[in-house]
Amino acid sequence: MTAAVAERVAARFKPGDRVRVLKAAPPGHVRTPWYIRGHSGVVERLCGDFPNPEELAYARSGKPRQPLYRVRFVQKDVWPAYAGPASDVIEIEIFQHWLEPIP
Amino acid sequence: MNDEDLGTYQPLTYFQMMEVSLRELLVEKGVITEAEVEQAMGEIRARSPERGAKMVARAWLDPAYKARMLADGSKAAEELGFEVPGLRLIVVENTPETHNVIVCTLCSCYPRMLLGLPPDWYKSRNYRSRVVREPRAVLEEFGTKIPDGVAIRVHDSTADMRYLVLPMRPAGTESLTEDQLAALVTRDSLIGVSLPNRHR
Repeated sequence: MTAAVAERVAARFKPGDRVRVLKAAPPGHVRTPWYIRGHSGVVERLCGDFPNPEELAYARSGKPRQPLYRVRFVQKDVWPAYAGPASDVIEIEIFQHWLEPIP
Repeated sequence: MNDEDLGTYQPLTYFQMMEVSLRELLVEKGVITEAEVEQAMGEIRARSPERGAKMVARAWLDPAYKARMLADGSKAAEELGFEVPGLRLIVVENTPETHNVIVCTLCSCYPRMLLGLPPDWYKSRNYRSRVVREPRAVLEEFGTKIPDGVAIRVHDSTADMRYLVLPMRPAGTESLTEDQLAALVTRDSLIGVSLPNRHR
């Protein structure tokens, strides 16, 4: 018996929303850089939905497709000893299932 | 083989051996042909930073093209005849307030369709691990000093997007043609570790 798999997951965030990256360490192929896990940022844009790389890596369908965001983080928040000005930022592509809302 | 030839002889590396073995097996089994491999290699070699440079020069001259490029980089590339199959191109614009630089910390994602093969330093652990946490120091090593009043925006290319930097047009280039402008746009300026060459 095969359970029906949804085609895609609906986007739950919009540009400007504050989000936190999950501080998780699941096994397998993950495309959320270690250094950004647990950090908070702001959604810069929604890039669309894409096959989930964590599923693709094991030759599965990648469904349901996951919304992908570009999230902007302030460098001084990410690296405590950051030497540059407070205006420096880093932007990273992160899939929705790695993000939680900040109320 | 004479002594001179022996002097330059290099045994195949592990990965070269793997490549030759796999290729010959695929050809022998009729999955691909040698001609197809040659053609694919030719296409890879044909891609060079000149493609990205042409897009930048066009954007400097044509504000409407620049607006389309910033809205949808893939479409703007295709408009000039450069296919961007399967991936989305995001063009990030340098301004007097913001300087952009591209990296892929997880592997070495790179806009190959517009810049060709990535330079070795782009794939190095040194660049990938340092440019995210000390971009100003890394850019200085490339000879690029960004004033503190200009914000640095690092883009970590971790998933399905690819990035191209649209540098600022150098001063004193008002009279140049599109081809002359494109000649000032270096590969490194499209990655964001340097600025376009100055017009002499």
